[in-house]
Amino acid sequence: MHNILDTLYNLPIDAFMGQLMLGLINGAFYAMLSLGLALIFGMLNIVNFVHGAQYMLGAMMAWILLQTLGINYWASLLLAPLIVGAFGLLLERFVLRRVYALDPAYGLLLTFGIALLLEGSFRQKLGSSGQPYAIPAELRGGWDLGFMYMPTYRAWVLVASITICFAVWYVFERTRLGSYLRAATEKPQLVRAFGIDVSKMINLTYGLGVALAAVAGVLAAPIYQVSPLMGSNIIIVVFAVVVIGGLGSMSGAIVSGFLVGFVEGLTKVFYPAASSTVVFVLMACVLLVKPAGLFGRRA
Amino acid sequence: MNEVSPAVLCVRDLHGWYGDSHVLHSVSFDVRPGQLVTLLGRNGAGKSTTLKAMMGLLDKRRGSILFRGKETIAAQANQIARQGLAYCPEDRGIFATLSVEENLRLPPKLREGGMGIDAIYRLFPNLKDRCKSGGTKLSGGEQQMLAIARILRTGADTLLLDEPTEGLAPVIVKQIGAVIRELKTLGYTILLVEQNIKFAAKVADQHYVLENGRVVEHIPHAAKADEVRAIANYLHA
Repeated sequence: MHNILDTLYNLPIDAFMGQLMLGLINGAFYAMLSLGLALIFGMLNIVNFVHGAQYMLGAMMAWILLQTLGINYWASLLLAPLIVGAFGLLLERFVLRRVYALDPAYGLLLTFGIALLLEGSFRQKLGSSGQPYAIPAELRGGWDLGFMYMPTYRAWVLVASITICFAVWYVFERTRLGSYLRAATEKPQLVRAFGIDVSKMINLTYGLGVALAAVAGVLAAPIYQVSPLMGSNIIIVVFAVVVIGGLGSMSGAIVSGFLVGFVEGLTKVFYPAASSTVVFVLMACVLLVKPAGLFGRRA
Repeated sequence: MNEVSPAVLCVRDLHGWYGDSHVLHSVSFDVRPGQLVTLLGRNGAGKSTTLKAMMGLLDKRRGSILFRGKETIAAQANQIARQGLAYCPEDRGIFATLSVEENLRLPPKLREGGMGIDAIYRLFPNLKDRCKSGGTKLSGGEQQMLAIARILRTGADTLLLDEPTEGLAPVIVKQIGAVIRELKTLGYTILLVEQNIKFAAKVADQHYVLENGRVVEHIPHAAKADEVRAIANYLHA
């Protein structure tokens, strides 16, 4: 305890706030990714292990579009999710659909295998080191807030991700389309018997979840390096986030995404050695107290 | 009963499977327009399974189900629903993550002539008071009302009701009986699965009795008290 207080007193405030900000930025990515995972898990009952690779594809697509066609960041922010999302639609329609009736382990192994294939082929082509992606001119620089320096791009990522998360949450929880999605998550057969084409809804949900991962990837490209393995580094933490939030809960995914980022940031200040493990400690603690996760409806 | 009017539902030699187990063995019956027909039988006789088969919710089915003269045996559940057949499942199928009102508005309008929300609230005043509650926060009776109410909005005029009185207090059963009679006067065609023979005898035009996935008896004039008594004795034997 003495050490921690010492650290706190001796720490310059801007370094402290800087770490918290980094934590929140990571949290923004956790939130966007775990939201897509929760959406997909709810509708498809598949643990989408290829989610990290789809996030990587988003970043990679932005990089490729820039390198080959000179397409800029803003256009990529729209195009990359569309392309990767379309890939998701095809993947669901022709591959994933075959394993729904089987044990969930098949879905997990299948998506894990596809992730390895995707990451492997990009590594073969580009090597495992990252490629830089420049911050768009409009978002360079930053503001001196007095207690910390705030890079414009990070502020943009924070605002964009909160907006995206809120929009997805709103559609899911508050609109008619959302009520179809919630109902189909609960009792797909009955929703079919009301005349709704649930297969099409599942297809579109998967496409949306994948596009969400790709948006996160494009947003991440200028912050982290664009590398074939960027997804596999983050995805394990994201799974922990989903478990902490409660499987299938939208608000749980968002809140616990930011929470985990925040806690990681704090840990980096006080006890850096634990910063990559703290999320799993948090997960274990949450599961001990609330086995269904913070926002889980039932165990 | 008008014997020459064509059946709304004409089920012939219907077989059904859950996975590998063959549970319906040649079920055949007719439901004529505006009639209320019951499927009676003990637990496990295949009553609910017959409704699921008609709705396209079984793993596999064979035979023939004509709905308004159109074959639906190969159709998907959502296509069958769109032809105007509505289903109210045995477990009521109320969505916990949806409010009462969202539950009510969930089934899409399939055709003109469905009840408006106001008319539904007149028929089920309890639901109006609780419209913002979570669907499964309602009492069992209210959930049953909601389950019936929500399929009336769609414009479907043929209803498959699976044991709407199961597990409910006598006073609620009475209310549900009144609603079902009201629906009949409004011209709905109803296929009702029931174990409660007293309830069934009061509302039905015809009975079919199922056993081991087969129709074993047809009582074309449900009003005949002695036949109904015989069935009651059989069911409780």
